Amino acid sequence: MDSELILKGVYFAYDSQWCLEGIDFELQKGEILGMIGPNGSGKSTLLKIIDGLLKIDKGEIFLLNKPLSSYKRGDIARRIAMVPQESTFRFPFSVSEVVLMGRFPHLGLFPFERKEDLEIAQQSMDLTGTLDLATRSIYELSGGEKQRVLIARALTQRAQIILLDEPTSFLDIRHKVDIFELISSLARAQGLSVIIVSHDISLAAQYCHRMVLLNKGSVFKTGEPAEVITADNISTVYQCPVLVDKNPISKTPRVTILSKNHYSATKSPRHK
Amino acid sequence: MKSNENQSITPLKVIYTGLILTGILVAIALVSLSLGPAKISIKDVFAWVTGYRPVDQTAWMILFKIRLPRILLAGLVGFTLSLGGVVFQALLRNPLAEPFILGVSSGAAVGAIIGIFFGLGFTFGVPLLSFMGALFTILLVMGISSRHGGLESSTLLLTGVIVNAFFTAVIMFFISTTSDSRLHSMLFWLYGDLSQSKYVQLSISLPIILIVSGIIYVFSRHLNLIVGGEESALQMGVEVESLKWISFLGISLITGIVVSFSGIIGFVGLIVPHLMRMCLGADHRLLIPASALGGAVFLIAADTLARTIISPSELPVGVITAFLGAPFFIYLLKVRGSQWTQS
Repeated sequence: MDSELILKGVYFAYDSQWCLEGIDFELQKGEILGMIGPNGSGKSTLLKIIDGLLKIDKGEIFLLNKPLSSYKRGDIARRIAMVPQESTFRFPFSVSEVVLMGRFPHLGLFPFERKEDLEIAQQSMDLTGTLDLATRSIYELSGGEKQRVLIARALTQRAQIILLDEPTSFLDIRHKVDIFELISSLARAQGLSVIIVSHDISLAAQYCHRMVLLNKGSVFKTGEPAEVITADNISTVYQCPVLVDKNPISKTPRVTILSKNHYSATKSPRHK
Repeated sequence: MKSNENQSITPLKVIYTGLILTGILVAIALVSLSLGPAKISIKDVFAWVTGYRPVDQTAWMILFKIRLPRILLAGLVGFTLSLGGVVFQALLRNPLAEPFILGVSSGAAVGAIIGIFFGLGFTFGVPLLSFMGALFTILLVMGISSRHGGLESSTLLLTGVIVNAFFTAVIMFFISTTSDSRLHSMLFWLYGDLSQSKYVQLSISLPIILIVSGIIYVFSRHLNLIVGGEESALQMGVEVESLKWISFLGISLITGIVVSFSGIIGFVGLIVPHLMRMCLGADHRLLIPASALGGAVFLIAADTLARTIISPSELPVGVITAFLGAPFFIYLLKVRGSQWTQS
């Protein structure tokens, strides 16, 4: 076993209702794993389970070849970092203060950062292109800048695994691409393993090594983007008519959402 | 590359800020000692305090028996309310939170008003009933809001509002049925009254307040993370639920204690933390001690005004804090409001 993370037959119930049923997958070192699926299919729950924030009812999870349940909270926080979908700071923390908060799991009892903590934060800000923002107040930032700062905080945690919960949902197309580019370069350069939940399926397909398609709390399909993203799989799971072809440049699958009118037009015999 | 300076809070920065504010605190206390209906020069006060030259019997009575305990209590009340404001703002992630927001003050008020109604004394009787009222309210509000052992912030706030409304009705009932000099005492109590300060009150409350503040300060780094969201704090290893229980209980306890001696002094817990945050930033490792000391300075100054401005008569100190606090807060809302209201 040399996977960073292994899930075997994971079950989780919330209020005696199965939320996840028999989830299996692995995450390799340096891999970007895209997690897609409709709202309510269990993506966010699964991220919390991987992060040890929710206790599973059945199954096994191994983090770096050791059962996840054998780790203490602080040990997990030094190995796994989570980037939330959105984060609202109502108080004037500066960007560098927010990034430095990533050192929390490493500080122990001494409540102040040492020189090496400052250096690590500095590196993370360098890698994410947020150094220029260092003295700005976190709530002055745009959505894209804020996401980069939160990614810098995750890097400052010095975790091998980074979980991102729909980090691109509130961003425009240019900033969506920026975030995926950043993650992709970090995975390459730092050997980070990444799980990214996204609704931008076609975009994710260009950057992810493998994808997991969740449906109603189970894995519907897992594999390379081209295996997972087929018209049949996507339209079955999302219950929405789609056309899937190949992106002519990247050769990765491209999803086109069809309106109901056009869908019936393609099905009608006249167009065959 | 930018330098690392000013990026993070260092112990030295905390100590320097603490020393500067303590200096201001001592200075304002000395000035306040010299002010009042009886003229005592600041020189005499300084000579007396440093033990360099004793003052005459009358001056000693005024300084030691009347002004000093009042100044010390004002400082302690300001310290506590301001500390409570910072911590509640962080825990509830709400810039408008203050230590009374969960209804502690209205519970304390019901106790105090009942005490005054039945003619109890201001040294023990009224504070004791008042503190029991505060304690009862804390347990009621937290009991109602607790679910599966967790405290949900918006439920806490709503419960606080409702409990406040109920107790206000009880207070009004007692006020309506009172007509003699007790009415004056009740109204003064409701607006904050430090004229009944005694050393014994200080010796009871000081140790508890110091212990609770110490415990809270240990968690100042954890409060920073909670401001960024409970879930990401949890992810980083903050025991969010136990921190909330400890902090809400601890702050409510010391707020209940000081309110039982001073009555309801508004705005201190709201204004001072915001002022400090504007000057020093949001990091709680610096903000907590700075706000607590700043609260002490602010309330000593406000109470000095309250007892001198219409001398020989007095104003309730809450009138001064509201008079200064409300316009300042409107200014803050105009300048910073957009940041508070973003979703």
